[in-house]
Amino acid sequence: MAEFALPKHSKIVKGIDYPINSEAENTKKINVYRWSPDDDENPRIDSYNIDLDQCGPMVLDALIKIKQEIDSSLTFRRSCREGICGSCSMNIDGTNTLACLKSIDDVKGDINIYPLPHMEVIKDLVPDLSKAYEQLTSVKPWLQSKSDPENGKSRKQSPKEREKIDGLWECVLCFSCSTSCPSYWWNGDKYLGPAVLLQAYRWIADSRDENTEQRLEELEDSFKLYRCHTIMNCTKTCPKGLNPAKAIGEIKKLQLERK
Amino acid sequence: MQSKYHGVVHWKLQRISAIAMIPLVIWFVSSLIFSLINSYDQSVAWLQNPLNATGLVLLFGTLYFHAASGLQVVIEDYVHNEGLKIMSLILIKLLSILLGVLSILCVLKIYL
Repeated sequence: MAEFALPKHSKIVKGIDYPINSEAENTKKINVYRWSPDDDENPRIDSYNIDLDQCGPMVLDALIKIKQEIDSSLTFRRSCREGICGSCSMNIDGTNTLACLKSIDDVKGDINIYPLPHMEVIKDLVPDLSKAYEQLTSVKPWLQSKSDPENGKSRKQSPKEREKIDGLWECVLCFSCSTSCPSYWWNGDKYLGPAVLLQAYRWIADSRDENTEQRLEELEDSFKLYRCHTIMNCTKTCPKGLNPAKAIGEIKKLQLERK
Repeated sequence: MQSKYHGVVHWKLQRISAIAMIPLVIWFVSSLIFSLINSYDQSVAWLQNPLNATGLVLLFGTLYFHAASGLQVVIEDYVHNEGLKIMSLILIKLLSILLGVLSILCVLKIYL
């Protein structure tokens, strides 16, 4: 059956509260999920009080400030700090998003930060995404064609055909959507999840790809595709404002037309 | 449990049965309110009308089919023990067939 309670070792306990040392006026408390594989401790919530006048505007800025000035052991992924690389996806204030795109001012009260939900944790805010990457590989997210390009150089696409992949190519694969989906939580081993299905549709919708039929055939499965129950958490949480639920709906529509 | 009846076919039939039930349920509930709750004799007379009997047979057929396919999805979602899953899926199919046939026979008994 589905497990509704956390295992004993996963229960979260209260951690360290780091007080602020200066006489700062504009402060914010940031509560962060901490867990390390190196000891036998339960996960805990550490609280960091920071001076907002000495910090950048985004949640990622606060995390970097904490790592640099308060606790260098805090572990999280980040790279581009401008919403392009998709590395710093985490659960902030109850919603999966990119820390670099989430403004500190948007959160009222304390900021609660957890890793992406329902994934194995490697350390602190770093989830294990290897299964999700495997699923991504399974939909062959690259151009497949049997024919040679017309002039031997490039494959032409009209502006109208190009429009069809708008709202799809922008995905940065942060997996905020997949990890917000209850269906993915319960059946993530078999259901591909919104992020991967959006990628699958990105290639189905691409006029240059010649393997559409094969792609659709592989998705025609009660678990890979049809575990989507249109819950819409994916669309609600996407930090890039994309609509994975619509992409999945389009795949379902194409399946209907095929049979 | 992968048969031909999965994926797009299951998805499509679930939606078709849902749409079919909209007029059937509206018709049945309004009949209940306007002619079935008044008296026993009136209800029997209502059921002996071939149009009403046909409607009710269709409603029961769609209803149990839709319930079974909906419950199948719920079980696939939440029951992860393979043995328990297959057992409950079979149980639900048998139970819905049993109840469906029983309901339809009851309608026919009054009609005939």
